[in-house]
Amino acid sequence: MGVDLSNTGLISTSGQPLSSGQPLAAGMAARSRVEGYNPDIHDKFFEQVSAELNEKGFLVAAADDVITWARTGSLMWMTFGLACCAVEMMQASMPRYDMERFGMAPRASPRQSDLMIVAGTLTNKMAPALRKVYDQMPDPRYVLSMGSCANGGGYYHYSYSVVRGCDRVVPVDVYVPGCPPSAEALLYGLLQLQKKIRRNGTIAR
Amino acid sequence: MSLEKLNALAERAKTDFKDGILDVAFAYGELTLTVERERIIEIMTKLKDGEHYRFHQLIDLTGVDYPKRDLRFDVVYHLLSLTKNLRIRVKVMTDEVVPVASLREVYPNADWYEREAFDMYGILFANHPDLRRLLTDYGFEGHPLRKDFPMTGHVEVRYDEAQKRVVYEPVKLVQEFRKFDFMSPWEGASYVLPGDEKASS
Repeated sequence: MGVDLSNTGLISTSGQPLSSGQPLAAGMAARSRVEGYNPDIHDKFFEQVSAELNEKGFLVAAADDVITWARTGSLMWMTFGLACCAVEMMQASMPRYDMERFGMAPRASPRQSDLMIVAGTLTNKMAPALRKVYDQMPDPRYVLSMGSCANGGGYYHYSYSVVRGCDRVVPVDVYVPGCPPSAEALLYGLLQLQKKIRRNGTIAR
Repeated sequence: MSLEKLNALAERAKTDFKDGILDVAFAYGELTLTVERERIIEIMTKLKDGEHYRFHQLIDLTGVDYPKRDLRFDVVYHLLSLTKNLRIRVKVMTDEVVPVASLREVYPNADWYEREAFDMYGILFANHPDLRRLLTDYGFEGHPLRKDFPMTGHVEVRYDEAQKRVVYEPVKLVQEFRKFDFMSPWEGASYVLPGDEKASS
């Protein structure tokens, strides 16, 4: 049984060939027939990209830079609210200061978070728990120490039950001073952390 | 005012408990009854259920340390009567070794209050079902609200990189605790200012 090439082309539901009875040129059968698309008229943008590639070669970026840039935009933070600073931390994530516009979302699980905000007084009793949560976070992980108590004991520096700075238990990237720091101060600290990640972030293990 | 009601209440308590009441004191419009330690259960039960008292709520239970006294601790109970709209304070005296009867059977919420008082002061409560530490660290030694407990305690914690865990170490302070004098010398200091020791007048 022979195939009538002149009558193939895209099969329409009515069984009629799409081209109005005209025989198709060789190779045109597989071309897109989207309405308004004319393969003879070239897209300006792609022509420009093509020309630039021809002139200047390839576009190259270090994977480190791209990946660290992507990391700064998705700092999922572990909610480690220990005292009154936690209220400012919540405030920073609420619509007025809106940490989510920087891609930061609160996570309740250390397994899913990149950043731990130590917000409040770290007591001796809490220290092993804090370290355990930190150990459960996947690399790369960052710690932001928020407020005087987490920075160095603060008001409770000489207390019998308070750790004199959470950097005795976990390595800290950014310290935000204040008692408690305002939501703006916390946001500024987070932007500093983003800057730090962009500067010396790496994908090396 | 409630002061008359408190006066009447104090008189009634004196007749009801007689020498169970060691002292009746009024201060700042509040009534404080110091009572016999051995009779605390009896007195508190009466204060809770007695027709003229109805102190159904135990607002607070805590301790006070007077290190110079023979019986160095006070156990302080704050009671509220919602039907009479009155508040009173009841105190008993004890020391480190003599237990106070637990109020758990009278006021169930006394359970954790007594654990806290035991934790902070080392006050013992007889017949308490579970007299463990409540607030301080696991394995904590000493009773931190006693006046002879050093403010900075005995141990501090640190993460040990080699052992991969949080370790306890004796306290090492980089700078000793300093007490600042915030009194302004321009507003009549109550002491001799430095440099003024030899000045007359």
